[in-house]
Amino acid sequence: MSTTQDGSNETREELVKNDAVELEVIEVREGAFGVHGTGDTSGFGGLQRPVAMPAASLPPFGGWFDEVAEGLAGGEGLADAIEKVVVDRGEITFFIRRELLKQTAQHLRDAQALRFELLSGVSGVHYPGDTGRELHAVYHLLSMTHNRRIRLEVTCPDEDPHVPSVVGVYPTADWHERETFDMFGIIFDGHHALTRILMPDDWPGHPQRKDYPLGGIDVEFKGGSIPAPDNRRSYS
Amino acid sequence: MVTTDPYAGTTESTSGQVFNVTGGDWDTIAPDSLDGDRLVINMGPQHPSTHGVLRLILEIDGEQVHDARAGIGYLHTGIEKNMEYRTWTQGVTFCTRMDYVAPFATEAAYVGAIEKLLGIEDQITERTKVLRVLMLELNRISSHLIAIATGGMEIGALTVMTCGFRDREEILKAFERITGLRMNHAYFRPGGVAQDLPEGEIGELRDLVALLKKRLPEYAALCNANPIFKGRLKGIGHLDLPGVMALGITGPILRSTGMDWDLRVKQPYWDYETYDFEVVTRDEPDAYGRFMIRQDEMWQSLKIVEQCIDRLEATAGQPVMIADKKIAWPAQLSIGEDGQGNSPEHIRHIMGESMEALIHHFKIVTEGFRVPAGQSYFAVESPKGEIACHAVSDGGTRPYRVHFREPSFVNLQGVSVMSEGGMLSDVIVAVASIDPVMGGVDR
Repeated sequence: MSTTQDGSNETREELVKNDAVELEVIEVREGAFGVHGTGDTSGFGGLQRPVAMPAASLPPFGGWFDEVAEGLAGGEGLADAIEKVVVDRGEITFFIRRELLKQTAQHLRDAQALRFELLSGVSGVHYPGDTGRELHAVYHLLSMTHNRRIRLEVTCPDEDPHVPSVVGVYPTADWHERETFDMFGIIFDGHHALTRILMPDDWPGHPQRKDYPLGGIDVEFKGGSIPAPDNRRSYS
Repeated sequence: MVTTDPYAGTTESTSGQVFNVTGGDWDTIAPDSLDGDRLVINMGPQHPSTHGVLRLILEIDGEQVHDARAGIGYLHTGIEKNMEYRTWTQGVTFCTRMDYVAPFATEAAYVGAIEKLLGIEDQITERTKVLRVLMLELNRISSHLIAIATGGMEIGALTVMTCGFRDREEILKAFERITGLRMNHAYFRPGGVAQDLPEGEIGELRDLVALLKKRLPEYAALCNANPIFKGRLKGIGHLDLPGVMALGITGPILRSTGMDWDLRVKQPYWDYETYDFEVVTRDEPDAYGRFMIRQDEMWQSLKIVEQCIDRLEATAGQPVMIADKKIAWPAQLSIGEDGQGNSPEHIRHIMGESMEALIHHFKIVTEGFRVPAGQSYFAVESPKGEIACHAVSDGGTRPYRVHFREPSFVNLQGVSVMSEGGMLSDVIVAVASIDPVMGGVDR
């Protein structure tokens, strides 16, 4: 018997039972060790590996998860806000339609039964293989009143990288959204001063995107040469 | 206008005249620009009292601050991006360099997130957890000592600085004995810790606790009732609970508003619920309250450290790495004539006895282990507040994305609201009460 980190009464086993079984394939990788095309006698070039994230879960989600899911969907005009729910490793993720993100955040913060007072952070993830929803903005919310954590995830395509800003609801999102813009190029509409924060103001590109190279130079030592980290052969 | 001050060069820019000032009075530097005009002062990035390369852009009218903004990014080294190109185990070596004053907290968030992704939280051995808690709490003391020491130095209390660094050094010596390094330890590993305590360390730790018990009251004697100290700190950097919550600020700043939020108690990890300690709060949401909280928290941490030492004595000889050989790092470190490296027993085993062991060692060290796809979020209470790691795996041997919720980064947003409307000299006190570490802010 072990409890989840946020101290709820449900056992981990109960929550794991609700975990998704079917996975959602977002990409298929081919080859390994950088072997591609002709001249491959190793056979590794023929390897295929699907990249799949945990797929949507169906209610009941277990424990207080259902309470929050119902409370969220019960908000005014928020009946369609939830795209899907993923319960995985004892954590719940709500995929929110991006046009309703701000209202959802407002409701999550203010509703008595929800009271997610604190936005822990905003993080971006770039899935170039997830066509039409390449960029994800991930919000971690904390309710100190109920001692609960949830995750909101909003997606947007590369061609239209716009997500509404939640700075009006959570002022702490100011720097987080600037960082996510700086690193991924997601434009947070409604942010009062969306400028670069970590990189220089005139920096070209968004470094944390998967199509942005790591860079670096080969290391040479005693006649040998080790390629830069992003040019080394890799296993995944 | 040309200044006669030999040290203050001046250049024209599109937004007006820019002075490069290293000292002196405004009436000698630029007598014409004193007519009640507001001045924009660029404090930093290289300023002794901005805790590293923090740049503050201050709009001042006389001595009063009207507008304060923080410019960051001068120490951005792309650690999160770099971690995507190394194995999960190698990542610890990178993330420990983020907040170099409290490196164990960053390591803890990272390995916690990996262990959650792997689903091996229940297999972490008891001794591992005790060792981790021991290091986290010693680190809390050393980080708070830095906060108090540098904060004291910045208002001219140099003795506090020398005392703080002197006592921190003793803790760093313990870190060096246990992990091999004073800083940048990479001691926590997915599944365990890098190595067990060296011989005789229990006694050394007991001596350290006894020494700190003797030394910590010196800070109280020097500062707590010192009228100059109180005059500089009381009422400065005021930020009440609604402001703190809106800005997402955690740690001592949150607890100085009277809110008893501490993740070690509210969302315990690694058996924190079994230790006897108290969460320190205060109803003084200012620099003095935060100073007092840090002082009291050091005593609580010392209490936990003592309990850890007892438990380490009781669990001597137990493993400090997970039993699952597919995840556990194969080698044990030891110190030889030519420095630290793999233990001779392990080298003998893989080089002379078992071909399979050699293959296993090679595979797990070069390729690493695979982590099932998904994402996790693991938060721990660092000396500065909630530090958390959001780790995303695509099922490979490297992180697909790791993002750190750095408390210094979040808390630094409070610098504007804490210092606007106050005196220029109080900006420094406000920044010191936030205790930002730029390595963590910029990552």
